[in-house]
Amino acid sequence: MKKKSLLTIVSLLLAFSMVLVLGACGKSSTGSSTTSSSSSSSSSLSGKLTIGGSTALQPLAAQAAKEFMDKNPNVQIDVQGGGSGTGLSSVSAGNFDIGMSDIFAENGKSIDASKLADNKVAVVGMTAAVNPKAGVKNLSKADLIKVFTGKVKNWKEVGGKDVKITLVNRPDGSGTRATFDQFALDGKTPAEGITQDSTDTVKKIIAQTPGAIGYMALSYFKASDNSVVKLSIDGVEATDATVASGKFPVWAYEHMYTKKAPSKLVKAFIDYMVGSDVQGKDVPAQGYLSVDKMTVQRDATGKVSSK
Amino acid sequence: MMKASRGLTEEALSKQTDPSLLKESGLFKQLTNRYSESRGKFLIFSCALLMIVAVIAITLFLMVQGLRSFVVDHINPWTFITGMQWYPDSATHPSFGALPFIFGSMAVTLLAAVIATPIAVGTAIFMAELSQKWGQRLMQPVIEILVGIPSVVYGLIGLLVVVPFMRIHFGGSGFNLITGALVVGIMILPTVASIAADSIRAVPNSLREASYAIGGTKWQTIWRVVIPAAGANLITAIVLGMSRAFGEALAVQMVIGNARNLPHSLFDPAATLTTIITLSMGNSTTGSVLNDALWSLGLVLLLISYLFILLVRFLSRKRVL
Repeated sequence: MKKKSLLTIVSLLLAFSMVLVLGACGKSSTGSSTTSSSSSSSSSLSGKLTIGGSTALQPLAAQAAKEFMDKNPNVQIDVQGGGSGTGLSSVSAGNFDIGMSDIFAENGKSIDASKLADNKVAVVGMTAAVNPKAGVKNLSKADLIKVFTGKVKNWKEVGGKDVKITLVNRPDGSGTRATFDQFALDGKTPAEGITQDSTDTVKKIIAQTPGAIGYMALSYFKASDNSVVKLSIDGVEATDATVASGKFPVWAYEHMYTKKAPSKLVKAFIDYMVGSDVQGKDVPAQGYLSVDKMTVQRDATGKVSSK
Repeated sequence: MMKASRGLTEEALSKQTDPSLLKESGLFKQLTNRYSESRGKFLIFSCALLMIVAVIAITLFLMVQGLRSFVVDHINPWTFITGMQWYPDSATHPSFGALPFIFGSMAVTLLAAVIATPIAVGTAIFMAELSQKWGQRLMQPVIEILVGIPSVVYGLIGLLVVVPFMRIHFGGSGFNLITGALVVGIMILPTVASIAADSIRAVPNSLREASYAIGGTKWQTIWRVVIPAAGANLITAIVLGMSRAFGEALAVQMVIGNARNLPHSLFDPAATLTTIITLSMGNSTTGSVLNDALWSLGLVLLLISYLFILLVRFLSRKRVL
């Protein structure tokens, strides 16, 4: 009995490793099999979709995917995170059917944007979050740049209390960081401070460190929550209305990139994302802004024009 | 395991003399017959081969990916290892200097070892020498529980307890090198303690008895006889703990601050190789210079861990001689 079980364990282990190897090989072909299965069905939608990338867009995509699957029971949608870079690379390589990104594919390094189709599904406003002990609620853009580039070390120099400034940054390549640097700091490189990736961790750090300043999406500021102060820039409060009218400059599109000729299923899901169901209900409920509400638009180089 | 396989061999030998089996001994029969010698050999050999292939494949893969930044993107390897500035995203002057991260990894590892070693060796002595009964009944489960706690839990406790403590008592933001070292030091404690306890138990009893025979007290026996005799193994335990500390990413990332500057004191935020990789990897696109540079950091990490393993091999060889 004992000998038999030993052999069984060994062969099970071998079988398991074979499954792993096969699974790894099979993954790269998911994209092509999806296309074939969805194009073969003519009337109702069926097949499998893999969406991944920006963690800022992930909650909205997951919610929309859930509703889409309820309406189309034969469709299986898999929503993953991974970061904007992963989203862009994987949709280019064909590992994801839809790549989520906070940045334009044109601004992604070594991404061939001409092979991808852009779908702007939402807008996210961002602003600086400050620890309440700093005693500031509003900063001019010039002062904000001074704070983030390290020219000013104490909050009293920009009208706050006598508290040391601690910067909380995002890592290189982060979409949030790219947006904040470009539109709040006018392209200046921030000085070094603490660096954290997840918005929840950033908020926690700012809340518990006296004099800390960082930045995050507007949906993370709650009216009932006094742990961090939502900073106004040049006297303009960061709200959905000021972002939509273009008065508040720090915002970014949330993109869903697909291949230039998407399959029927991919196209159906994108249509659902930009349709009134998601844009009217889920987008505001999750703290994003609908693209339709924007009175201004912006291109990949950052140039803003009115719609 | 050994007993079972020996029994298997004996059984197989006795079966092999059976004439009816010898007749149908094709390759297929050899593999399907439960008592066949070659089937067992094949299975065991495949397992070993799989391990070797995995190690070689990972190393080769990391080599190919990690050397891209030097070969394809033309980053100077010397400035990569010795440079102080890490601004891979800068549009005008991208710079790839990984020295602050290599230093950060080394500093966290050494400090963690300094924090963990006295406590771990003390625990090991308690378990193996002073109170073997309690050591077995109480300390062994405690250590096993400590090993089993996921690193994210250590990181969370670090973030919510150690960081505020550091900020209140030592100033600054509380996110600094020593906080990272403290959290990792506690993480590697059980690893070091259990290997150290094993090495102390492995010291032959005749040495202890000889010490008592010439009038040595318990303390003198431990300090002058047992610890020197277990010496090389104790160092192996510490080095193994250090190699775990070196590879730790999650817990360190949550408390060290991840600043890209070289820290000027223990109370400055710092970054390690692993934290920079985990922070930026998801945000970088495949084939971009940042992505390649991160792979190169991974290669540096792998090479340094190989050095740790060489060190362990060297130390354990010394003990045998």
